[in-house]
Amino acid sequence: MSTHVSHAHKKKNILWDYLTTVDHKKIAILYLFAGTLFLLIGGIEAILMRLQLMVPENDLFVGTTFNQLLTMHGTTMIFFAAMPLVFALMNAAIPLQIGARDVAFPFLNSLGFWLFFFGATLTNISWFTSGGAPEIGWTAYAPLALPEYTGTGSDYYVLGLQLSGAGTLIGGINFLVTIINMRAPGMTFMRMPLFTWTSFVISALILFAFPPLTVGLFLMMFDRLFGANFFDVTMGGNVIIWEHLFWIFGHPEVYILILPAFGVFSEVIPTFSKKRLFGYHSMVFATTLIAFLSFMVWVHHMFTVGLGPVANSIFAVATTAIAVPTGIKVFNWLFTMWGGRIQFTTANMWALGFIPSFVMGGVTGVMLALPPADFQFHDSYFVVAHFHYVILGGVVFGLFAGLYYWWPKMFGTLLNEKLGKLHFWLMFIGFHMAFLPQHWLGLMGMPRRVYTYLEGQQLDTWNYVSTIGALIMGVATIVFAINIVMTFVKGEKAPADPWDGRTLEWSIPSPPPEYNFKQTPLVKGIDAFWIEKMQGNKEMTPAEPLGDIHMPSPSILPFIMSLGFFIASFGFIYHVLPVIIIGMGIGLGSMLARSLKDDLGYHIHTDELQEKGV
Amino acid sequence: MSDTHVQTSTSLPPEPEKATMEGRNKFLGFWLFLGAETVLFASLFGTYLGLRNSTNGGPTTQELFSLPMVFVATVILLVSSLTSVLAIQAMHRNNMKGLQFWFGVTVLLGFSFLGLEIYEFVEYVHHGHTFTSSAFGSAFYTLVGFHGGHVLFGVLWILVLQLQGIKKGLTVVTAPKYYVASLYWHFVDLVWVFIFTVVYLMGKVG
Repeated sequence: MSTHVSHAHKKKNILWDYLTTVDHKKIAILYLFAGTLFLLIGGIEAILMRLQLMVPENDLFVGTTFNQLLTMHGTTMIFFAAMPLVFALMNAAIPLQIGARDVAFPFLNSLGFWLFFFGATLTNISWFTSGGAPEIGWTAYAPLALPEYTGTGSDYYVLGLQLSGAGTLIGGINFLVTIINMRAPGMTFMRMPLFTWTSFVISALILFAFPPLTVGLFLMMFDRLFGANFFDVTMGGNVIIWEHLFWIFGHPEVYILILPAFGVFSEVIPTFSKKRLFGYHSMVFATTLIAFLSFMVWVHHMFTVGLGPVANSIFAVATTAIAVPTGIKVFNWLFTMWGGRIQFTTANMWALGFIPSFVMGGVTGVMLALPPADFQFHDSYFVVAHFHYVILGGVVFGLFAGLYYWWPKMFGTLLNEKLGKLHFWLMFIGFHMAFLPQHWLGLMGMPRRVYTYLEGQQLDTWNYVSTIGALIMGVATIVFAINIVMTFVKGEKAPADPWDGRTLEWSIPSPPPEYNFKQTPLVKGIDAFWIEKMQGNKEMTPAEPLGDIHMPSPSILPFIMSLGFFIASFGFIYHVLPVIIIGMGIGLGSMLARSLKDDLGYHIHTDELQEKGV
Repeated sequence: MSDTHVQTSTSLPPEPEKATMEGRNKFLGFWLFLGAETVLFASLFGTYLGLRNSTNGGPTTQELFSLPMVFVATVILLVSSLTSVLAIQAMHRNNMKGLQFWFGVTVLLGFSFLGLEIYEFVEYVHHGHTFTSSAFGSAFYTLVGFHGGHVLFGVLWILVLQLQGIKKGLTVVTAPKYYVASLYWHFVDLVWVFIFTVVYLMGKVG
């Protein structure tokens, strides 16, 4: 090679470094902090709603303001908090778990992040505009979301989700190709860690579930901005089309969120039980079966629409069937712990707290899956209780378990275990306090999405208790924030393998060098690192001699491209053609620049690898 | 300097699009992207089938569509699929001139298809069938327009690749680009086969 310039040692401005990075480990950190920011925003919105509902006939946030809060809470939590946090863990762990130096498309990885970030920012900017935030619920049903009834807030919703959805789709394709093409020698599919497996499966779900949302959002955008008639009944439109498209996306989406959490638990529980995962093959089978069924259940969100008893019955059977593979998973986790040497680390506490909480959400899920019963539960607080049990008790507990587990690998420091346990217990107690009473509120007839209720209808006590629970969760989050800050200031240095781990990521330093593996490891079975440890080895057996490592160059283009589409979105919302042209010009121009200029990357040489000493 | 020689056209591997890891990733990633595109068009087809009779008093599919013109458009697009195959075959023979020629024909056919489509849309607007006149209108122009947008993107993309090819030649870096562009072009043609069947034939007969 003619160019011997080493980029590895160049001192760079940290902001520029993160704006241009294509390193999956840094993109994981970007996803983590952006996701946490939106988690805090969504959490504050939740607490404000609970304050309004704390006492009967309250007038803190009424009418439109309350509708905006509930819309933005749901939208933010699903699309802008849970999704990026899942992607944070996937970026942090997957390349390391399969023994890869990076993802298949580092450039697209960065583009996916920035599209998400600008989409999320766009939707949240609506709060500060004259039209206000969207007030249409996170499901944005037509005709409420049509321009006759709601203002520019709905446009911010449509375009913000379109941008971030494109980012998610790109991320999904990237992880599919990474897992199929980039596995280390010997890492067969049936030797992959369960987190990689579940992430692989949800990437396929993203691939097939996001396009219907894209189409739904396009139709809504055309109706709102260009006078189309998809959902305008007076012109022959049909509002049910939106519901179908939204839920064909929306139901797989909840599995896109929960399956990675299942994957985290399948890593955490064996590690802290000192046993290999019970029923590995049945876990893989159950994961793919859940994914398969997830596309056949969307109508259970629409039982009361009136599609007829035959349609409702088919979808009811498919929905209840999902309880079987999920049950297989729960028993596998219990059997993994059975006879194991269980360590009560914070990561494992989240896993242990998850099992009973999620099972409760699963049981109410089966109840809701039965159409006759669903007609009673529909649009009541019972539904709110159900999906918070599965999303908070499942997804959020999984994200926290994963964070406490992989934090040392991501940052090279250990989160404080004492504060971590306080965080867990406050969250666990607050969570059940907030949502267990909502089952009863729903059964007593309290409808969801309504900003107040009358005194003396037996709704007072449990609403009050629920709000106290929400506030306790707020305190838990503050404890978590303190833990993060303290860890950054004076965190305990993490060794390469703080948990006596079983998978490849624990065989390299914390945090890993930019090329992850000095030599690609040779994988000999499930729990590859554990196998080496049992054979008395301290490191993985390399599969290749030491050599130069090829790295992709950093690039600012993903940021500029996303910024262009972000600018164009304002043009669409306010019907300003020059802004549309400038924004699209920047976006498409960046794509052209990417196509014309080939990235040849750079090499890290063998002597530099030695210096860094792995 | 040894590996600059690898990239000269005299020593191109037999399947240059899959010769490097980046090429193989691009190849697989693009197939997966086409999977997502399939679902995207499936959603649009579903929407169209739900709304195609909601003409709101405007002209119906039987009154609007003229099969001879659509047949010509179909032939043009199918032939362009063939020429893009010939371009990739030329690439596999390491024949850059052949590749440029056949992709050039593909682009010309793509533009003539677009011209025909614009003419067709103008005709329909004269008959009172517009994007905003009915739910059928919205669904029709969205489905067929999304396809037309894909054709437009395809011809511009292939053009950009052809211009790059003049400077960069045929290498293991540029070969995957030509290959995935031809995959995209086949996909766009395949979608048209479904549009021809579902929109035009079923609109005339169904």
